[in-house]
Amino acid sequence: SLLVSLYCVTTKKNVAALRHEAYTVDFIKKQIEEFNIGKRHLANMMGEDPETFTQEDIDRAIAYLFPSGLFEKQARPIMKHPEQIFPKQRAIQWGEDGRPFHFLFYTGKQSYYSLMHEAYGKLLEAEKHQNQLQAKGLFSEKTKTKDLIGSRWLIKEELEEMLVEKLSDQDYAQFIRLLERLLTLHCGAKEEFVQRFRRSITVQSKKQLIEALQYDEQGTAFSTSEGKRKSAKAEAVVYEHGSGKISINGIDYLLYFPVTQDREQLMFPFHFLDRLGKHDATCTVSGGGRSSQAGAIRLALARALCSFITEEEVEWMRQAGLLTADPRVRERKKPGQEGARRKFTWKKR
Amino acid sequence: MLKRMTRLVSGARQLDPGRLLHGGPQAPQSLAAHPDNQVPDGSPRAVSCTSEGDPARHGEQHEARHYCIPLQDLRTTFPHGLPPRFGMQVRTFNEACLMVRRPALELLHYLKNTNFAHPAVRYVLYGEKGTGKTLSLCHVIHFCAKQDWLILHIPDAHLWVKNCRDLLQSTYNKQRFDQPVEASSWLKNFKTANERFLSQIKVQEKYVWNKRESTEKGHPLGEVVEQGLTHVRNATDAVGIVLKELKSQSRLGAFRLLVAVDGVNALWGRTTLKREDKSPVAPEELALVHSLRKMVRNDWHGGAIVLTLSQTGSLFKPRKAYLPQELLGKEGFDALDPFIPILVSNYSPKEFESCIQYYLENSWLQHEKAHTEEGKKELLFLSNANPGQLERLCAYL
Repeated sequence: SLLVSLYCVTTKKNVAALRHEAYTVDFIKKQIEEFNIGKRHLANMMGEDPETFTQEDIDRAIAYLFPSGLFEKQARPIMKHPEQIFPKQRAIQWGEDGRPFHFLFYTGKQSYYSLMHEAYGKLLEAEKHQNQLQAKGLFSEKTKTKDLIGSRWLIKEELEEMLVEKLSDQDYAQFIRLLERLLTLHCGAKEEFVQRFRRSITVQSKKQLIEALQYDEQGTAFSTSEGKRKSAKAEAVVYEHGSGKISINGIDYLLYFPVTQDREQLMFPFHFLDRLGKHDATCTVSGGGRSSQAGAIRLALARALCSFITEEEVEWMRQAGLLTADPRVRERKKPGQEGARRKFTWKKR
Repeated sequence: MLKRMTRLVSGARQLDPGRLLHGGPQAPQSLAAHPDNQVPDGSPRAVSCTSEGDPARHGEQHEARHYCIPLQDLRTTFPHGLPPRFGMQVRTFNEACLMVRRPALELLHYLKNTNFAHPAVRYVLYGEKGTGKTLSLCHVIHFCAKQDWLILHIPDAHLWVKNCRDLLQSTYNKQRFDQPVEASSWLKNFKTANERFLSQIKVQEKYVWNKRESTEKGHPLGEVVEQGLTHVRNATDAVGIVLKELKSQSRLGAFRLLVAVDGVNALWGRTTLKREDKSPVAPEELALVHSLRKMVRNDWHGGAIVLTLSQTGSLFKPRKAYLPQELLGKEGFDALDPFIPILVSNYSPKEFESCIQYYLENSWLQHEKAHTEEGKKELLFLSNANPGQLERLCAYL
């Protein structure tokens, strides 16, 4: 007969569980203690105060004590809090009698479904509240777009990390749809619940370095900046008042770049800002070839022009791609191939 | 654009009321017979074109305007002299319009005031690549042709020092080399350009070509030219004789001689020609170059010498070289010293505007932005007011 032991046959069940769970809770706790002690030892070694030793100090100390020449940053030695190193585990979900704690355990994705359940509960409450308000006639339209700007929904990976569970794309889409539907019902009490699932993106990448203007003897303003492309380095000095002359390494740009394509590259920043004949420029460039020198000068000119224009125009330039350094460099040749991608001629025999 | 037109039109400009725009010095043609279908009202073409067809009357007020050379004149005066791109433009537009520019005006002024008793003055047009030296030379040649001078025009001296397939040993002087092909083609063009002089000028010596043929003293120069054309082997010698005769007879005052050489730095540079044993040939060893060098020396009077430096066809010279010192080398500079250098530079804003107007009027620029201010600024930036570059750019639009 089937003997269902009510007492926890811990050995068999926990062994099975241990296959999925590599680290026990005690193990993690021990690691945390060891980490803290090690942090204090490291602080003593470096001669700093153990109490105020932050994670950045730890990183700097490790980089100093264990210098590594590996290119892959994640392969270098690190010392971080165990919570960041060991992946989040789930504690054993059932008790000694084998009964799971959570009521949705047998769905398979208990945290996800519990979250959906909670969210739907809130949705129903909000609808009830709204119906009450409408019945009383106190319904007021409120636009809530302000908190949507500057923030975004969690992506699927972040949600998985939060719930410590695998999700499918449809699950994720369903969840986001539910939250958006919740947002459409104007109800202030649900704000915090929804905000848990939004991350801010106020850190826009338009933090552009705008160089200061310098003034030379006559009082004309000018600004200097550099640009790089593919192994050509260029430095440009743009003067505020001029007639559109550009001289490169002391030579006029018409003679330095006999090809029209290169001159069109130089024209791009000025033409974009409609300031074709208004600025003078002097540049120095070295390295690279004809086309990469033109690209480097273009980047330098665009960056130098940032000092003369408004913030909005800087944003337009950034969106046009004038202020981004081209990351393409020459790909390395691999052994066993003739070039970076080209393979040797394949002979059948 | 209308504002621009009124501004330029209200500037100093005289248009004879009876003259039509494309007339030139010949009888006024009716507009209906005109090949171009331009709008007959005066103002659009007055901006970039002028009706003054005679270079002798070109002055400051005509600066930056185009003037027309009638096509028959073109065939007689410039059988070989126009640069190829300009020739294509002439064929496309069906008219030859040259811009009147300051260096050319300066040269014309000097030429008008030359004293023919003094030795011939040498004028050297120099400048960056594509600034209009050859076309300025053509302007001057047209002027001299109108003034009835004898024109000795070598379109490109570089053609004589490179890419020559047959080099014969010269019959006249054993150390030198003949170039029959180049000499005969030049003789043909010389004949077309100066037909009327060939019968007037008489040779002053007897020249023996071979056992059976000779040219007696007192015979017209045309005979020498014919001899050179029919017997290609003697063509180089014929050229040498023509040059010598013209030089000696110009002092007599029967005619005025203009020596116009384009790419004169070829005469003193290096050549790419080789002898049969692959040793290089120096320019002095070419008979044509030798006779031309004698011509360009200023030991004769009764005319003028106008020269142009050119890097485009030159051999073994860096691309950015444009000064006389760099292109001629020490030897050439000493040989040409003293000379009057005339710098030909890029377009001034007025000239640039005029050139764009000319292209617009001939419907050459089809791009919709070509009419606008931004389009013009773009073209100005891209070509940096260099006439050659502008022409190449506009070819795509």
